[in-house]
Amino acid sequence: MVPDAQVEPYTSYYGRPVVKAPPWKKEIATYLFLGGVAGGSALLALGAQLTDRPILRRNARLAAMLGSAVGSTALIADLGRPERFLHMLRTIKPTSPMSLGSWVLVTFSTCAGVAAVSEVDRWTGSRLPLGPLRCVLRAVEPWSGVGAGLFGAPLAGYTAVLLSDTAMPTWNAAREDLPFVFVSSASLASGGLAMITTPVDEALPARLLALAGVAGDVVAQKVMESRMDPVAAEPLHQGTPGVLLKWTERLLLVGGLGTLVGGGNRAVAAVSGVALLGASACTRFGVFYAGLNSARDPRYTIEPQRRRLEARRAAGQTGDSITTVG
Amino acid sequence: MSAEPKDGNPTSDAHYDHPHSRRGFFTDTSICIGCKACEVACKEWNRNPADGDYSILGSSYDNTGALGADTWRHVAFIEQDSQRIEQARESGRKLVSLGMPQVGAPASGSSVASGTGSAGGGCGSGGCGSASSSDSGPTPEFRWLMSSDVCKHCTNAGCLDVCPTGALFRTEYGTVVVQDDICNGCGTCVAGCPFGVIERREDGLVDTPASREMPDTVRKPQDGVAQKCTLCYDRLKDDETPACAKTCPTTSIKYGQREDLLATAQQRVAQLHEQGMTEARLYGANPNDGVGGTGSIFLLLDEPEVYGLPPDPRVPTADLAHTFKRAGVAMAGMALATAAAFVAGGRR
Ligand code: SF4
Ligand code: SF4
Ligand code: SF4
Repeated sequence: MVPDAQVEPYTSYYGRPVVKAPPWKKEIATYLFLGGVAGGSALLALGAQLTDRPILRRNARLAAMLGSAVGSTALIADLGRPERFLHMLRTIKPTSPMSLGSWVLVTFSTCAGVAAVSEVDRWTGSRLPLGPLRCVLRAVEPWSGVGAGLFGAPLAGYTAVLLSDTAMPTWNAAREDLPFVFVSSASLASGGLAMITTPVDEALPARLLALAGVAGDVVAQKVMESRMDPVAAEPLHQGTPGVLLKWTERLLLVGGLGTLVGGGNRAVAAVSGVALLGASACTRFGVFYAGLNSARDPRYTIEPQRRRLEARRAAGQTGDSITTVG
Repeated sequence: MSAEPKDGNPTSDAHYDHPHSRRGFFTDTSICIGCKACEVACKEWNRNPADGDYSILGSSYDNTGALGADTWRHVAFIEQDSQRIEQARESGRKLVSLGMPQVGAPASGSSVASGTGSAGGGCGSGGCGSASSSDSGPTPEFRWLMSSDVCKHCTNAGCLDVCPTGALFRTEYGTVVVQDDICNGCGTCVAGCPFGVIERREDGLVDTPASREMPDTVRKPQDGVAQKCTLCYDRLKDDETPACAKTCPTTSIKYGQREDLLATAQQRVAQLHEQGMTEARLYGANPNDGVGGTGSIFLLLDEPEVYGLPPDPRVPTADLAHTFKRAGVAMAGMALATAAAFVAGGRR
């Protein structure tokens, strides 16, 4: 804990923003959600592959493929120059979560795509015009399943690093715990989706994962807020993000209880799954827009910075200020 | 990951084997007269499109608003009464008593492209400094603060660190520049800049209201890519002074080698303090601050946030290694939770 410091009433330049919000639109929030669903689904598919649950495996693989495909499309659509999306793969840059994330997404999508095509082919009674490629496909299928599973958790979680590694006050202040919120959200969303698509006797692991996700999400969101600068946390409670994150709580309650009590009933499981998917979407959109909003009011940039600066000064640490005399 | 370059010159971080001196600006806001010649010169030289709709913003003489994709120099105007001025002086005095790093005035004789500013009390935005060496000069009843803001060309640049395509790069002069044929407009750099400088350009054609004739080479669309001050990379290549510094009539914008500029800045702040203008302070001169010091140093006459500058900026990538570790734990937790769910669920 930093000691409480005296912060003078805040001033700004005509109330104009100090930092600029990125030009990201709802496509990016959609991707945050879909990337989580896809990543979690690939993990479920891998588990189903290893424990011989063919229906869960097929459905989760399709979800992983569709989620990453639609998510990638949304990402590309949000670029200023969509035709240059391949420039993302010009380099591998460890200081850029966007760069590492692009590589994770490409690897994941490739693996998930191969596994899903093989599933579709089997589902349609080997009717895809694959010719001699079919035996190749069947041979690499299990390995693609493993690959997608390995990259599932990174895909679900890297977006938290991407958001925190910015100067947007709310995202940056959440950096300790946002990854935990995001992987929990991904777990409960992918579990929820499997509860909708898959009969109950194969979907028990999906229900358990969803419950773990609900518990993790509730705890992580509480811990996250308690560790954030109180001013930087404010946008999480205001306007649209505030409403969305309230709905997260309600839907988590409904979905979590439904799964726990009635998860063995197909209809209850499906309704709970819908609630969980909704909860995850609300979390992602809520956190996303809270960060954008925090850039638009200079108070969220200036007050926390002032506070930490004054706290350091009060503690006698004066060598690291950007303002100096001489 | 944004390690502190040993010699304070970020080009060594970028592995240039032909050492150029680091270039930068010293913007001395105490002698700025708010003529906006820098804004115009920058627009002209870089053929930047018009910004906004020519409306009056109601912020003193500032109708530009802020730095952005199309505005790479922005002159801020702040009107202050004697009470605000006294507060600014008080906060400056507090900085001194806190024992902020003070290097003292070095001997003069540093070579700076646009000269070393006005000797003695400047008659710029600080009001006419009286030559008295008393602790506090008489407080004026009113003053305008004017400051020409620009990209900071940070030592540890958030924009550059987070750019996934490599479009942003460190030049041999230690500056930070976007390659507009590489940038795909992902917008990550916009969020990565702690100063709100870089922005994605949405409307890429130069078009003046008078529809002036432009050569075809000028009419090249640059919409959808990130844009900001290049520190006139093209002019530097030809050993020319950047357009904004060249045009500044008061030498408020000084361009040169960063170490010379730093010396000039330190000299100037000491001089102003001697004249009783205790509100004078430097911004960006400290290599130990959150961005490792900036290539563009400013002399301010009030707290940074009064000018729209962040009071304690920190390059986000300074915490990245730690955030990745936290994310690694979270991802491992997710994988383990899935494994546990299948173990508990049993084989079928
Ligand atoms: S001020 Fe912003 S845009 Fe300029 S170099 Fe620093 S981080 Fe990049
Ligand atoms: S918008 Fe362009 S310059 Fe900015 S981070 Fe993306 S690719 Fe790099
Ligand atoms: S250095 Fe060049 S690009 Fe940068 S603000 Fe000055 S004129 Fe504009």
